[in-house]
Amino acid sequence: MNFLSLHKRLERHSGLLIFGILVVSSIGGLVQVLPIVLDDAHGAPSAGLAVYSPLELEGRDIYIRESCSTCHTQQVRPLLAEVKRYGPYSRTGEFAYDRPFLWGSKRTGPDLARVGGKYSDAWHHLHLLDPRAVVPASIMPAYPWLAQRDADHGRSIAARMRALQMLGHPYTNEDIAAAPVQLEGMTELDAVTAYLQSLGRSMHAEPQP
Amino acid sequence: MKYEDRIVTAFTGCSVLWAVLGMLAGVYVAAELVWPTIDFGLPGLSFGRLRTLHTTLVLFGFGVSGLIATAFYSVQRTSHVRLFAPGLAWFVFYAWQLTIVLGGVSVMAGWNAGKEYAELEWPFDLAIAVAWVSFGVVFFGTIARRRMEAIYISNWFYGALIIVVAMLHIVNSLAVPATIGKSYSLFAGSQDAIVQWWYGHNAVGFLLTGGFLGMLYYFLPKQAEQPIWSYRLSIVAFWAFVYTYIWAGPHHLHYHSIPEWVQSLGMVMSLILLAPSWATMVNGIMTVSAAAKKLRSDPALKFIVLSLAFYGLATFEGPMLAIKSVNVFSHFTEWTIGHVHSGALGWNALITFGTFYFLVPRLAGTQLYSARMANIHFWLALAGVLLYVLAMWGAGVSQGVLWLSLDELGEVRFSFNDVMAAMKPYYLLRFIGGLLFLAGAVLMAFNLMRTFAGRRTVEIAPPAVPAARGLK
Ligand code: HEM
Ligand code: HEM
Repeated sequence: MNFLSLHKRLERHSGLLIFGILVVSSIGGLVQVLPIVLDDAHGAPSAGLAVYSPLELEGRDIYIRESCSTCHTQQVRPLLAEVKRYGPYSRTGEFAYDRPFLWGSKRTGPDLARVGGKYSDAWHHLHLLDPRAVVPASIMPAYPWLAQRDADHGRSIAARMRALQMLGHPYTNEDIAAAPVQLEGMTELDAVTAYLQSLGRSMHAEPQP
Repeated sequence: MKYEDRIVTAFTGCSVLWAVLGMLAGVYVAAELVWPTIDFGLPGLSFGRLRTLHTTLVLFGFGVSGLIATAFYSVQRTSHVRLFAPGLAWFVFYAWQLTIVLGGVSVMAGWNAGKEYAELEWPFDLAIAVAWVSFGVVFFGTIARRRMEAIYISNWFYGALIIVVAMLHIVNSLAVPATIGKSYSLFAGSQDAIVQWWYGHNAVGFLLTGGFLGMLYYFLPKQAEQPIWSYRLSIVAFWAFVYTYIWAGPHHLHYHSIPEWVQSLGMVMSLILLAPSWATMVNGIMTVSAAAKKLRSDPALKFIVLSLAFYGLATFEGPMLAIKSVNVFSHFTEWTIGHVHSGALGWNALITFGTFYFLVPRLAGTQLYSARMANIHFWLALAGVLLYVLAMWGAGVSQGVLWLSLDELGEVRFSFNDVMAAMKPYYLLRFIGGLLFLAGAVLMAFNLMRTFAGRRTVEIAPPAVPAARGLK
C-alpha cells in the first residue's frame, strides 16, 4: 500500500519524524490562533475602558496571587439568565489591559465581571475578612492577612507599571513616579477592594444602546 | 553496555511521591469546599494557592515524572541501545525535581503567573524550557542511535509529547518580567485567552492523552504479551490525533468574548477528535482481549484495562461537552471537574499505577511485594474514582440547569447562593471518594517501596542484535 510505504520512510528516520510532527501540529495554531493574535482589533480597548490605577493594579496582582480566579469567573456569557443575573454580557474590548486575562474556568463563587459598584467598600472589607459574616452559607475562604499587610510592601509597583508600559499600557512616566506615593498608607485590603470596584466600570461608562 | 535504569527508578520514585503529595493536596482542597475554615487563616493553606499546588504537583510532578520514567525505560528497549547522554538525563532529573519542589513552594508563597496549568513564574518557565529540551535531546539522541530499523509506535507518542509541549510552553509563557517573582503576559485579554487555551487544551492533549498513550503502546503489549492488534490503525490514529487536537482549544471558550468562528471550528474539531481517540482505545482493547486469561491473575494488567475504559469514557464525554448547546450547561460547573477527574484519575492515574506495578519489580529484579495489596488498591481506586465522578456529575448537571432556569415572569429562578449551598452533599461525597483514591495510592507507595527494598542488583543489557542496515 502506498501510504504505508510512505510512512515506512517516516518511521525509519528520526529527523523526518520530528519534522512531520512539528509541521502537522503547527497547522491548527497558525490558522486559528495566529491571525487573532496579530489582529489589533482583538486587542483594542473599548471606548470607556480606563487603564488600572496603581491601587487597582496592586489589587489585581493580589487577586492573581491568591488565585481568586480558580473560583470566580469574569465572563458574562450572552445568555438570557446570565445577563439577568450579572449584567451586560462581556465584550472583547473590556479586557485590553488584562495581562493575563482572568476569565477563569470554574464558577464555585459567582461571576465578578460586573461586581464593581454592586456593593459598598465596607461590604467588601467585611466580606474579604470574614465571608460568613455577610453571606452565612458562603464557602469562600477568609483573607485576614490582607488587612495586616501594606499595599505594595515589596516596593515594586513602579517596576510593574514600567513592565506594563513596555507592553503598551498608557502609563506616563509621571504616573509611574507618582504611584508609590499613592499607595502609601493603603493596605492590601484597600487594593483588592479598589480592583473589585473597577470591574465592569467601562460598561457603566459606555452608553447602552 | 547495560541499560541506564537507575534514572528510571529515580523518576519512578519521585512520581510516586508526587502522586501521594499532590493527591493529598487535592483531598485537602476538596475538604475546604466542605469546611471552609480549615485553612486556619494561613495564606499557604488558602484554597486558591493550595488548588494551584494540587494541579502543579499532580500534572508536572506525578504525571510528567511518570512519563519521563517510562519514556526512558521504553526508548532503550525499543531501540536496543543504552540511553544517549546519561549525564544529561540526570541533569533533566535534578532540574525537573528541583523545579517542582521550588515551584511548589513559590505557589504557596504567592508567586503566580495567573494562567491555568502555567502558574509557575518566569524563572521556573525558563528552567522548565531548558530541562524539557534536554529531555528531548536524550530521547531523540537515543532513537537516532537505535539498532532497530523502525521507530516503535510508543516513541512517536512520546516524541509528539516532547515536541508539542515545548512549542506550547514556550509560546504561552512569553512574558515581560517586572520582578523576580512577577511577570506580565505578552498577550492581553481575548488574545491571551485564545493562546492560553491553545496551550491548556493541548497540554491535556499531548501530555495527559498523547504522553500516556505512549505509555499504553509500550506497556500494554508487554503485559498482555501480545503484539499491538492493528499497526495500520495506530498510524492513522496517531497522525489524525496530532493534527486535530491543536484545533480544539476554543471549546474552553464557548460563548466567551472571542470570535464565533473560532468557537465553531473548535467544536467541530473536538467532535472529529472522537474518531482517533476511540480508534486507539479499540486497538488497545483488541490487544488485551487476546490475553483475557491473564487479566484475572495480574493486578497490573487490571489497572491498565480499567484505565482504557475510563480513557474511552473521558474521550467520549469531552467531545459531547464541546458541543455548544451542551457546553452552555456544563461550562463553569462541577461537570467540568468531573470530566477532568474521570480522565485524570480513571485514565492517567490508573494506567500509571498499573505500569508501576509492572515496572518496579522488573527494576528491582524481584517479585511484587504483595499482589493482594495491589488488588485492594485496585478496588479502592475504582470506588474512589466512581464516587468522585458520580458526585461531580450530579453537582454539575444541577448547577447547569438551576443557574440558567428562568421562571414564568422571565426572572432567574434560583439565587446563586442557594445553588451553592445545595452543593455541600456532593462536595462531601467527592471528598470521601478522593480519600479512598488517596488511600489506594499510599498503599501502592508502601507496596512498591517494600518491593524495591528486596531488590537484587540486576543490570539488563540490550540484546545482541546486529545494527540494522541503512540506519540513519
Ligand atoms: C477527545 C478528547 C477530549 C475532548 C474533545 C475534551 C473536551 C473538553 C471540554 C469541552 C472541556 C470543557 C471546557 C469548558 O467548558 O470549560 C474539557 C475540559 C477538560 N478536559 Fe477534556 N476532553 C477530552 C479528553 C480529555 C482527557 C482524556 C483528559 C485527561 C485528563 C481531559 C482533561 C480535561 C481537563 C483538565 C479539563 C479542564 C480544563 C479547565 O477548564 O481547567 N480531557 N475537555
Ligand atoms: C485524590 C485524588 C484527587 C482529589 C480529591 C482531587 C481534588 C480536586 C479538587 C477539589 C479540585 C478543585 C475543583 C474545583 O475548583 O471545584 C481539583 C482540580 C483539579 N485536579 Fe484534582 N484531585 C485529585 C487527583 C487529581 C489527579 C491525579 C489529577 C491529574 C493527574 C488531578 C487534576 C486536576 C486538575 C487538572 C484540576 C483543575 C480542574 C479545572 O480547573 O477544571 N487531580 N482536584
